[in-house]
Amino acid sequence: MSVYHLDLLSALGINILLALSVYSPMATGQLSLGNAGFMAIGAYVSAILTVHLHLPLFPSLVTGGVIAGIFGILVGFPALRLRGVFLAMATLGFGEIVRNFFMNFLGRVTGAAYGFRGIGDTPISILWIWSWVIFFLIFFFFLSRSRLGLTMLATHDDDTVSELIGINIVRLKIGAFGLGAFVAGVAGGLHAHYYLYTEPEFFNVWKSIHMVLFVIMGGMLTFWGGVFGAGVFTLLPEFLRFLHDWRGAFFGVMIIGIMIARPYGLLTREILQFDFWLPGQRKRRL
Amino acid sequence: MFLQQLFNGVMLGSTYALIAISFTLLMGVLNMLNFAIGEVFMLGAIFGLTFVKLGLSLYLAFFLAIICTGCACLVIERFSFRPLRHAPPLVPLLSTIGFSILFQNTAENLWGSERSQFPQWMEPIDFHVGPLLIPSTQLIIFAAAVFLMVGLDLFIQRTRIGRGMRAVAENIETASILGVDSNLIISTTFLVSGALAGASGILFGLSFSIVSPFMGMEPGIKGIAAMIVGGMGNIRGAIVGGLMIGIIEVLSVGYLGAPAKDFAVYGALFLALVIRPQGILGMIHPERERI
Repeated sequence: MSVYHLDLLSALGINILLALSVYSPMATGQLSLGNAGFMAIGAYVSAILTVHLHLPLFPSLVTGGVIAGIFGILVGFPALRLRGVFLAMATLGFGEIVRNFFMNFLGRVTGAAYGFRGIGDTPISILWIWSWVIFFLIFFFFLSRSRLGLTMLATHDDDTVSELIGINIVRLKIGAFGLGAFVAGVAGGLHAHYYLYTEPEFFNVWKSIHMVLFVIMGGMLTFWGGVFGAGVFTLLPEFLRFLHDWRGAFFGVMIIGIMIARPYGLLTREILQFDFWLPGQRKRRL
Repeated sequence: MFLQQLFNGVMLGSTYALIAISFTLLMGVLNMLNFAIGEVFMLGAIFGLTFVKLGLSLYLAFFLAIICTGCACLVIERFSFRPLRHAPPLVPLLSTIGFSILFQNTAENLWGSERSQFPQWMEPIDFHVGPLLIPSTQLIIFAAAVFLMVGLDLFIQRTRIGRGMRAVAENIETASILGVDSNLIISTTFLVSGALAGASGILFGLSFSIVSPFMGMEPGIKGIAAMIVGGMGNIRGAIVGGLMIGIIEVLSVGYLGAPAKDFAVYGALFLALVIRPQGILGMIHPERERI
């Protein structure tokens, strides 16, 4: 494989992780527009650990993820009172605060606005990224089949009713937020150690918006949707190179078109079920 | 010094207030967030500059530009809201992000990504009022912002269409049954919201001498922050919120240094959401007066 393909594959892996990090809170009905902040925390913490404290990669990645997850839980508590657009804006504010923190503070350790250079000598192997991807895919697969996954689904559809039937939605929602932040933190650490460089501008609002787009475009009702959306968004720009400067405009039009044609995303629960593809079953759509 | 900072904050805040109003109009009437407002704001400045460069007078350019941005918002309504009225509430938000990307990329391709600025449009005179230094340009821009806010408030409170907007804000179905043409009202709301965003873009371009395809993102987010701090879906709340965000931004830069700016603004947003999600004015009329 050429360097180009390796880069593409690793970008795909990291984007799949980011999509899962948005899917996790969204599965309980919470939209987070601040996941770039969690990603930044993971990237910077793990890079500081490997560069300045000379820790091995694996514990650094996990620590970065855990610290991002702790912040996720801390943000998750006040987020319980908020819904929809309010929650999106609160998390967006959080993401911007994190970005500004790394932009202006810890300059001696991380280079602040100049960027954090010299994270290791050689990029980590793509296997590092994809073993995390496969781990989380298996994790989310079993989660979606478990009782816990069902309660998450119930909370997504109607949290009042879920609370009435005895689901502890506080623990569930905060847990989902923390899990998403953990995944984003790990993805951030992998990103920093693959590109051997990181800077606060990587983690601006557009990064968070892209992650949400993966999930909403791909389908927000199943975790395969996010994976599929991440794939489409990573690979499609490569096939659109002939559009040159107009790729962004095309993307915008594509988003608008997909939202009109399939408001629940490209992949939905029904499509993934076997009987959807049998003749005479197509009417049952969601 | 403090008075001067406060004055500058109010000047900046009046721009944020206009953006916040254009967000809050749609939020109040349709309960939907139009994320592309930041880019409509940018289009306003760019159209205005283009018309001025074509040799039109500034006032004519202003008028034409806000008509163009109003029409841009009509397009958004047609594709992001009308087909998605019964979809989950986050779907229109994501769809307007599509418009945001589309507008930004198109502007970048057609007008280039360099920063440009309006030519000098009047002989600047500085007034000294006590310790305050007031540039005449700022004063005119502020007056225009206040004129737009008062005009909008009168429009909503006094005219037939404004009454229709308040009725649709209460309940679309009931308003339709009672004979309000809700599609017309919704289109008008988008038109007005786009025109306001465009107007604030031109005023921002005039007072800060920056016009570029990327100018919309930050004021857009601060406009949303102003709307939330002031109270969602309430025009007077948006004005108060906009002024507060402007003052917080200028004061934090003045007393704590430039790095503190975004901390203070987003911190205020975060705190406002956590402590008082209904906003500052939201508590006065919790149910009444959606817009």
